[in-house]
Amino acid sequence: MLDSRIIEKLKAIVGAGNVATGAQELLCYGYDATQMEFHPDAVVHPASAEEVSAVLKLANAERFPVFPRGAGSGFTGGALPKGGGVVLVTTRMNRILRIDTENLIAEVEPGVVTEQFQLEVEKLGLFYPPDPASLKFSTLGGNVAENAGGPRCVKYGVTRDFVMGLEVVLPTGEIIRTGGETYKGVVGYDLTRLLCGSEGTLGVITKIIFKLLPLPDAKKTMLTIFDSIDGAAKAVSTIIGNKIIPTTLEFMDHATLQCVEKRFSLGIPETGRAVLLIEVDGDRELIEKQAGRIQELVKPLGLVECMVAKDAAESEALWKVRRLVSPSLRDVNPTKYNEDIVVPRSRVPDVIRRIDAIAQKYAIPIVNFGHAGDGNIHVNVMIDKEIEGQEEKAHGAIKEIFQAALDLGGTMSGEHGVGLAKQPYISLELKPEQVAAMQAIKRALDPNNILNPGKMFPV
Amino acid sequence: MRCPGSALYVYPRARHASPLQRQKTLDPLKRVEKEIKKCVKCGACRAHCPAFAAIQREPAVARGKVALAHHLAKGDVQLEDETYSIMSKCLLCGSCAEKCPNDVPTDEIVIAAREALARERGLTTFHKAVGRIIRNRKAMNMGGLAAAILGPIFFRKVPQTSGLRLRFPLPFLGGKRHVPQLAKKPFLSRHPEVIPGEPGKPRIVYFVGCMTNFVYTEIGEAALALFRHLGCTVIIPRDQQCCGLPGMSGGDMETVRELAERNLAAIEKHNPDYVMTACATCGGALHKFYPAVVGKRNPELHARLQALADKTVDAAVLLQKLGLNPEETGAGEAFSITYHDPCHLRTRNITKQPRELLRAAPGVELTEMEGADRCCGLGGTFNVYHYETSMNINAPKAAAIAKSGAEAVVTGCPGCMMQLADGLQQSGCKTRVMHTLEILARRIKRT
Ligand SMILES: Cc1cc2nc3c(=O)[nH]c(=O)nc-3n(C[C@H](O)[C@H](O)[C@H](O)COP(=O)(O)OP(=O)(O)OC[C@H]3O[C@@H](n4cnc5c(N)ncnc54)[C@H](O)[C@@H]3O)c2cc1C
Ligand code: SF4
Ligand code: SF4
Repeated sequence: MLDSRIIEKLKAIVGAGNVATGAQELLCYGYDATQMEFHPDAVVHPASAEEVSAVLKLANAERFPVFPRGAGSGFTGGALPKGGGVVLVTTRMNRILRIDTENLIAEVEPGVVTEQFQLEVEKLGLFYPPDPASLKFSTLGGNVAENAGGPRCVKYGVTRDFVMGLEVVLPTGEIIRTGGETYKGVVGYDLTRLLCGSEGTLGVITKIIFKLLPLPDAKKTMLTIFDSIDGAAKAVSTIIGNKIIPTTLEFMDHATLQCVEKRFSLGIPETGRAVLLIEVDGDRELIEKQAGRIQELVKPLGLVECMVAKDAAESEALWKVRRLVSPSLRDVNPTKYNEDIVVPRSRVPDVIRRIDAIAQKYAIPIVNFGHAGDGNIHVNVMIDKEIEGQEEKAHGAIKEIFQAALDLGGTMSGEHGVGLAKQPYISLELKPEQVAAMQAIKRALDPNNILNPGKMFPV
Repeated sequence: MRCPGSALYVYPRARHASPLQRQKTLDPLKRVEKEIKKCVKCGACRAHCPAFAAIQREPAVARGKVALAHHLAKGDVQLEDETYSIMSKCLLCGSCAEKCPNDVPTDEIVIAAREALARERGLTTFHKAVGRIIRNRKAMNMGGLAAAILGPIFFRKVPQTSGLRLRFPLPFLGGKRHVPQLAKKPFLSRHPEVIPGEPGKPRIVYFVGCMTNFVYTEIGEAALALFRHLGCTVIIPRDQQCCGLPGMSGGDMETVRELAERNLAAIEKHNPDYVMTACATCGGALHKFYPAVVGKRNPELHARLQALADKTVDAAVLLQKLGLNPEETGAGEAFSITYHDPCHLRTRNITKQPRELLRAAPGVELTEMEGADRCCGLGGTFNVYHYETSMNINAPKAAAIAKSGAEAVVTGCPGCMMQLADGLQQSGCKTRVMHTLEILARRIKRT
């Protein structure tokens, strides 16, 4: 519990209307997409870096924890106030400050919703590629803090690759700038990169300078169905090996196809064991050529069927197959643990086979789909929490899945981060010396352990 | 996070409830607990909820209200003033449910929470008044409501506008709102109950609704003209009532059930082929909420209400189905319009049909505005409690209409029409507001 004196001080900083203390309102800041729940003692809605700074200075003086929160769409509990404290929401910092069409950069506040930013730059013929599936509601601040990725990352890279500079309020309240507006810059440590993916533990991001690209002319979408997972995997490496980098190489395994087919009867042939959704973008003529070439390349790889969209409507219909995956999973079991391991592209079939074996061992359904182009696979462990023992089984399976990814030269998480959810597993991937180095950075910047404490590292 | 200070909106004081009573109060929430549990807290509703768009706080979004409902149902959180406040921030528009990847019906969950509040603590003064007005059996056909209650007591003239300003809020109308002039004679008292058509043609019951009956009677006249033109027998049951949605939005389910039964009786006895509405909200009530409010507890009544729901059809959809000849409709001379999707049509997948009819009408030029599918902000009694927010939700809509350059904005719900007119007037825009049927009936002879 925070005493009322502190609440009054918070109100003096951000305005009384921007501090919430009602028990039921607080409830609404206690969750994110992990479905874990921890209730804060107060919620503040600052409007500027100065206000954030004053809140953090007060927090250091009075020693209460502060938890940055964007849209609360995180998959690992990063924004949850475990142990209580103040949740700091960025929704009011939601302005696009400028879009510079000459230098192809933009400066935004962290509360801007990803898609709104994309639409604004696209109006000017520019392009901000990172496209997490949550883009209609996630914030850019949350995207930077989690280093979010999406289907387009095969070709364009993740959020980090578009961040040129930041304004950050350090855990102790100082406001600093990192990076800048130039492509080159080597003076001092690269704090910008350090902050990307720092999950709100090293500073509150209050401004972001993004790099932009020219908006591609057109895109072309194809849905290819293979008779084996190896065929699909081979297709990925063959396409890239032939120097075509598609925008998107989304993959769905047989378990996923079964779910979608069962619920929506799309008519995917029964011999289909894996699907690749392929999209290329760029100059209109070039992509026609590329699409033709891709079809030639994948034909000998056990291709069952290939559908090529002729226009935007058909493209949307093909994407629908991918979009229907999530809603159809619910039929399998009510609760899903959504992990997002990464392995080197060529090891995708190996890891799928290992996951199939794990699913059999624990006798729980595991459904895999994701971004084959960069080896990032969404592994969905489906259980029914009401059935006793299933939760333990899920945790056992998840640990083995992480181990499988690591054995094959991969990582536990490509997009969703550590937060609270993956905390227990972090030592599978990181050596004690690595953790110690990271914790030393955290301690140096946040001596009182004020900002988002209890996250990322085992406590 | 409090509602406006007027005595009308004050929350009833908490009563001391025994554990048994408490169980009963929570009944409505228990009934939707399975739906509540479907929410995975993904946050996707943040992109679609109009209340959130305007308020920008998590309790306003579907996810927040579902989370609160979860704790209320569990019983570890009590029904407090704050519950009223949070649960009031919903327009029951259904946009969240339409887009939710997990099919969580937040509108129904909010109604359940409001019913629980009403059961435990009683209705607010405002909703008591609403209940009394809409349950007044004579109100609809006698014009008693219009003449006796509405007129002198509730309105005072606003000199600078042609509209009136309400002194006392009515079911759908807030205090500060500019409302259109009331009809001199309500629609229901203008026509015989049964207007025979050609033999062999469909028999249609017209469910009129309060807004058409008292305010926008021209919609009723247009509907009548169009369906008679098609040779249909049109039945306008004298004893039809308010659909009950204003009561529902306050959790006054007693009133809704009573009205559902009365409307059922009024319609059923005519054994129509179709029950036609030209009000998206009434249509939504008959189509979706009536069977739900009775539920499976009374299977016989539920089955009859479901049969009524199955026969209920929006006027534009029915016109298209019955093959209205586009050559005979429309403006004749060039007339540019833009179309607004009422939530209670859009969420029932009625978006194409009215557009197709309008586009086919000679002379009519339909230009799409930006965000045609976004809520207008009325939200039943939402606009009474949260008038400012309601108009904030409307602001981008008014701007989009103006930007479209159309001479008229056309829609399929008289509630939306009032809200759009209010927003346009306040932003100084001269665009007219019309109902789809008014456009279609322009060149059809009226009798
Ligand atoms: C349906 C769905 C699909 C998703 N798809 C993807 C996907 O394809 N790719 C992907 O990468 N992720 C995906 N996610 C996960 C999630 O949307 C992303 O991690 C997103 O970046 C989180 O943004 P947010 O605004 O919701 O942040 P929150 O969840 O509110 O916060 C996430 C973390 O960022 C911190 N944070 C937020 N704002 C700031 C700030 N201004 N300064 C410092 N720290 C901050 C928080 O403390 C927390 O640790 C998905 C989630 C859902 C629910
Ligand atoms: S209501 Fe639906 S969209 Fe909103 S958080 Fe819950 S599951 Fe997601
Ligand atoms: S019904 Fe409308 S206002 Fe209510 S929660 Fe859903 S989207 Fe928001």
